[in-house]
Amino acid sequence: FKHGICTVEILDAKTKDKLCFLDKVEPNATIGEIKSMFHKSHPQWYAARQSIRLDPKGKSLKDEDVLQHLPVGTTATFYFRDLGAQISWVTVFLTEYGGPLLLYLMFYFRVPFIYAPKYDFTTSKHWVVHLACMCHSFHYLKRLLETLFVHRFSHGTMPLRNIFKNCTYYWGFAAWMAYYINHPLYTPPIRYYINHPLYTPPPIYGEQQVRIALIIFLFCQVGNFSIHIALRNLRPPGSKTRKIPYPTKNPFTWIFLLVSCPNYTYELGSWFGFTLMTQCLPVAFFTAVGFIQMTVWAKGKHRSYLKEFRDYPPLRSPILPFVL
Amino acid sequence: MASMEEDGSVEEKDNNNKKRTKSAIAVAWLTFYNIAMTAGWLVLAMAMMRFYLQKATHKGLYKSIARTLKFFQTVALVEVGHCAIGIVRTSVIVTGVQVCSRIFMVWFITNSIKQIQNEESVILFLVVWTLTEITRYSFYTFNLLNHLPYFIKWARYNMFIIMYPLGVAGELLTIYAALPFVRKTGMLSMRLPNKYNISFDYYYFLIIVMLSYIPLFPQLFFHMLRQRRKVLLGEIIVEKDE
Repeated sequence: FKHGICTVEILDAKTKDKLCFLDKVEPNATIGEIKSMFHKSHPQWYAARQSIRLDPKGKSLKDEDVLQHLPVGTTATFYFRDLGAQISWVTVFLTEYGGPLLLYLMFYFRVPFIYAPKYDFTTSKHWVVHLACMCHSFHYLKRLLETLFVHRFSHGTMPLRNIFKNCTYYWGFAAWMAYYINHPLYTPPIRYYINHPLYTPPPIYGEQQVRIALIIFLFCQVGNFSIHIALRNLRPPGSKTRKIPYPTKNPFTWIFLLVSCPNYTYELGSWFGFTLMTQCLPVAFFTAVGFIQMTVWAKGKHRSYLKEFRDYPPLRSPILPFVL
Repeated sequence: MASMEEDGSVEEKDNNNKKRTKSAIAVAWLTFYNIAMTAGWLVLAMAMMRFYLQKATHKGLYKSIARTLKFFQTVALVEVGHCAIGIVRTSVIVTGVQVCSRIFMVWFITNSIKQIQNEESVILFLVVWTLTEITRYSFYTFNLLNHLPYFIKWARYNMFIIMYPLGVAGELLTIYAALPFVRKTGMLSMRLPNKYNISFDYYYFLIIVMLSYIPLFPQLFFHMLRQRRKVLLGEIIVEKDE
């Protein structure tokens, strides 16, 4: 337990240059407060882009770490690494999700310069195309509202270059899917019958396939939302404690018995439903790529749960019950 | 694009008997593989030289070596496997992109579009590939045998400066020559309406491929330059963050 006042010097992790010298620092000051003080002397490095560490190649210290609990003397030496321009997670999510929402609608309303001019501002004759637009828009609207009101982010920011990468992915795929689903030559799901001599084809399309697909989609949307609410309730506002998620009274959360990241499971299910509904290969590709990415994330999350909690339920798989 | 992998030698394992046996099999296989590939590309080189010396023209040369080329270039896919299981310390993605771009040229350009097989640009990239691969595979072979003659190391890390741009030129000119034939036949293309609700235009796809050389070629080239500085000149390069 240290009394009195400490001094802090901050060196560049690569060049070891002395960047900042802070005297009269309270022993109970947090890294977060030290970051603010560093920011005052170097205004171009706001707190979010500072990585402060005890060792030039070591891990970043957390904002909540207190000076006197760190293995330093009365003069603490820290190393600084610039994380690069940062952007808040909320901003990234709003841009990522707002793009697909608007882009899809542009294709749905057949805004000029997308399809041949004679189709400008026309609407598709297939009812499944209207249904698909509602589902797609609902999905991204839900994501936007969850970003604003449901999700609690552990990190405030991410590197700026991520927004370009992420937006290219979401916007690119949304445009690619929307182009074909809303195309004048789009072919909706059609039922195939055996070539019976007394066969009379009904004047409808693959209603059954679309109906099943819609049920799957809606079920998974509700499921995904339920998981997001359950995860939010796991952590009271402002706290950073980590807990194992468990099933709640909501039946959609009972999947926690079998899976560590059911939000990804439900997300995969939603897109599978949308693929079935639209019978569009670009949608299938988007679902496949999303599945791969979410599996990687789920495995990582599952591994960190296992590392952090001794009593983690052994029956759970990362993303697909018993399988993956 | 011409290959540009990092040193493909086997990881040093510590004195653990079990690990050493696994290493020995890996070393044996890789040595065999690299010798076989060196031989294969040497055979290709000699077949090309013999054809040109006998016929005094390059017309028909591609056709005469097509089978051998397809075989040895396609077999190179196993190198992706080597990286995946870890017996070669190179990124799977880098190797994958390399091999795929070669497979693409061989199978989807020169093999599929017969009319461009007698273009001079084809000979250009064939010569470049042959020289590059012979150097690369013999480099790996000697490395595995721990007897690397300096001139092979010198060749591997210097020839690319000329070979790489020439190879890119040969490939781009060939794709460009193929465009009118692709447009005329509509090969590998799919139009709407169809039950998968997707369309694909091979002609525009090839144009995008050609444009992609613009960002990709400099990256790969400068990567090789950095490797060269590290290996030949012993420079210590300070890597960027993380």
